[in-house]
Amino acid sequence: MQIIPLFVAIPLGAAFFIPMVGRKNPRLCDMLTNITTLALFLMALSVIGKEAAVYWMGGWIPRLGVPLGINLVLDGMSIFMLVTISLISLLVTVYAIQYMDRFTSKARFYSLFLLMVAGMNGVALTGDLFNLYVFLEIASIASYALVAFGCEHEELEASFKYLVLGSVASTLILFGIAITYAMTGSLNMAQISTIIGGDLKAIHLFAVALFISGFGLKAALVPFHAWLPDAHPSAPAPISAMLSGVLIKTIGIYAMARIILNVLGLTPLISYIIMVLGTISMVVGVLLCMGQDDIKRFLAYSSISQVGYVVLGIGLGTRLGIAAALFHLINHAVFKSLLFLNSGAVEYATGTRDLNKMGGLREKLPVTGATSLIGSMSIAGIPPFSGFWSKLFIILACVQAERFGFAAWAAGVSVLTLAAFMRLQRRAFFGEPREASAAVQKVPGSMKVSMVGLAILCVVMGLLWLPQAQQTFLIPAARVLQEGLDYASYVLGM
Amino acid sequence: MHYALCLMLFMVGLYGVLVKRNLIKIIISLIIMESAVNVFIVMVGYRKDGIAPIMNKAMEADAFVRSTVDPLPQALVLTAIVIGLGVTAMTVAIAMRLYERYGTYDIKEIRKLKG
Amino acid sequence: MVDDVVRPKGMSPIVKTVSMWVKGFILVFGIYIVLYGHLTPGGGFGGGVIIAMAFVLMTLCCGKHEALKRMPLGVAGEMDSVGALMFLVIALLGLSAGLGGTFFTNYIAKADPGTPFKLLSGGTILLSNIAIALKVATSLFLVFTLLVMLRVMYKDER
Repeated sequence: MQIIPLFVAIPLGAAFFIPMVGRKNPRLCDMLTNITTLALFLMALSVIGKEAAVYWMGGWIPRLGVPLGINLVLDGMSIFMLVTISLISLLVTVYAIQYMDRFTSKARFYSLFLLMVAGMNGVALTGDLFNLYVFLEIASIASYALVAFGCEHEELEASFKYLVLGSVASTLILFGIAITYAMTGSLNMAQISTIIGGDLKAIHLFAVALFISGFGLKAALVPFHAWLPDAHPSAPAPISAMLSGVLIKTIGIYAMARIILNVLGLTPLISYIIMVLGTISMVVGVLLCMGQDDIKRFLAYSSISQVGYVVLGIGLGTRLGIAAALFHLINHAVFKSLLFLNSGAVEYATGTRDLNKMGGLREKLPVTGATSLIGSMSIAGIPPFSGFWSKLFIILACVQAERFGFAAWAAGVSVLTLAAFMRLQRRAFFGEPREASAAVQKVPGSMKVSMVGLAILCVVMGLLWLPQAQQTFLIPAARVLQEGLDYASYVLGM
Repeated sequence: MHYALCLMLFMVGLYGVLVKRNLIKIIISLIIMESAVNVFIVMVGYRKDGIAPIMNKAMEADAFVRSTVDPLPQALVLTAIVIGLGVTAMTVAIAMRLYERYGTYDIKEIRKLKG
Repeated sequence: MVDDVVRPKGMSPIVKTVSMWVKGFILVFGIYIVLYGHLTPGGGFGGGVIIAMAFVLMTLCCGKHEALKRMPLGVAGEMDSVGALMFLVIALLGLSAGLGGTFFTNYIAKADPGTPFKLLSGGTILLSNIAIALKVATSLFLVFTLLVMLRVMYKDER
């Protein structure tokens, strides 16, 4: 119980401590950051399978059933997000030890990185609407600065676009929160769900529209996706992995799911809208990714497509649909981070990101080639890797809910993803070596460790669907979302 | 009625972000949008003929609570203003560095990323 | 356009003299708003901004060298981190069992509630206000000075 605020306090403290001591000494910063992310990962592992806990900050427990303070809620869904965030951030900081040697101020990089992690942990844990907004802004502002970290032409332009669109999204979300407060008089998520009681009038639907627009912009759903193909390629590779792997899922999908399913209630109309948005994202993402020449832009567009799968599953609202969507969420975090770290290693070794200039990299970079093959097979949905199982169950969930059209679209997009990634593999790793493959630098050790770790996870994650693992990890998370408005009962009952 | 004015201010800011070509005008439109939402939040807490939520020794707690405007939105707006300040500072710093690299503030010229 | 090459001329002597007199009052006013944050409007954010404005006034009227003489960039960076860490430590102290057991509790007010409307009645609110004001003031000063210095560096490179 006492461990819950430490998830936010530890990265925040480390983020402010590192610039004080590490300005002259990059190795000290590396060590401190990795110790912090390792500690967070161990803490996240230690809370798997625990009962739901509510932590009232400052000791302001509710009197007469009315919440007075801000609370942090640790239920199945929060545990799920915390494990995802800390796993990916641990592997990315191991990667960044040697990747970021080329940039000048590592202390500031790690400080911003830990601020982003603290913000994401806060979003995953909080039970209060305005607290969600504050942590969302902390994570977003840190990510705007991290995208612009290299200060080259492209990075600044991409960061500016990302910043303007992200600010518009945050303003829309704040507007939605203001309308919700005006209609209910409370900011606590559990209390709002009891006051509204699932009875959504026109003004609540306006707030839902604002929330879907705002969080959809953060999650890069089509038609709000315009910032993602510019921001994710231009960032340094560890940051691309973090952004694409966890940030768009935590502050976009998780926050949207929490507010729409637990606080406001999922009506058939809202469910249909979310599923349509998910399907359009899937299709547009995969179609646009096939014609790309830049390896990271390719991966960014395929992120849009996979996020569409997750949103489709969550929009279904059934037990199998939500569980499959969450399984796909953590799978995508693992293999998309792996693919982005691979592209970072390729860029480190050859100095270019253009697919037309690469070829035959498999002999020169054996570890990168093998892990990239595992990642591509996983995202394309080839058994026995993890991506196959999660896509299969999303399609099965659509069929079970008798939405055959959506299932057909999902299956079609899966085939197109397979084609796109096989083409990527052929152009980059197999085939004849072209100009850039001639002079190749060796990839440093810490980068190889992260990539191999993520590749092993790709293979092993498929085992999460086994009944024992499912019961402890996925099903509690899915149950929280599926029970919807019952969320309030265990928060306010405590 | 007053809320419609807030919405109009929000639309003015949104128009600026979408249509204007100069970077600095986009930044100012973002600030206008955030100010519009802040004003909306404060107006949500208004109570007719209410007094400011500052207590002095002469009042009793009961009468004070019955006649004051809602202080919670005012605390929220304080935080939201500071967040807006942080975002503005970052945007201006990026805009200045963009000017250093590209030599212009026009977004139609700053278009190296395509596709 | 101010055509400053290396050392700026600054503004006219009237502006310089009046600013020299007034900046002390602005600093004291800012500190007052921070300390009475639990009784009157203001608190850490607003008071911190006012304290930063005293230094920004120095920069505007006499050039950045005067302001940097009184608050060098390195010191501002360190105090920035110290302010944030102080806030976090005050919040974390609430976790220890002897002081109340929850993150962020107001342990001073629980142990010894002062009389209302006096300065020492808020408990940890006073210390948190001071930490926040330290962070906000140094951050704003750093942002302003770095933006000013960026512009001057660009002109020198041309």
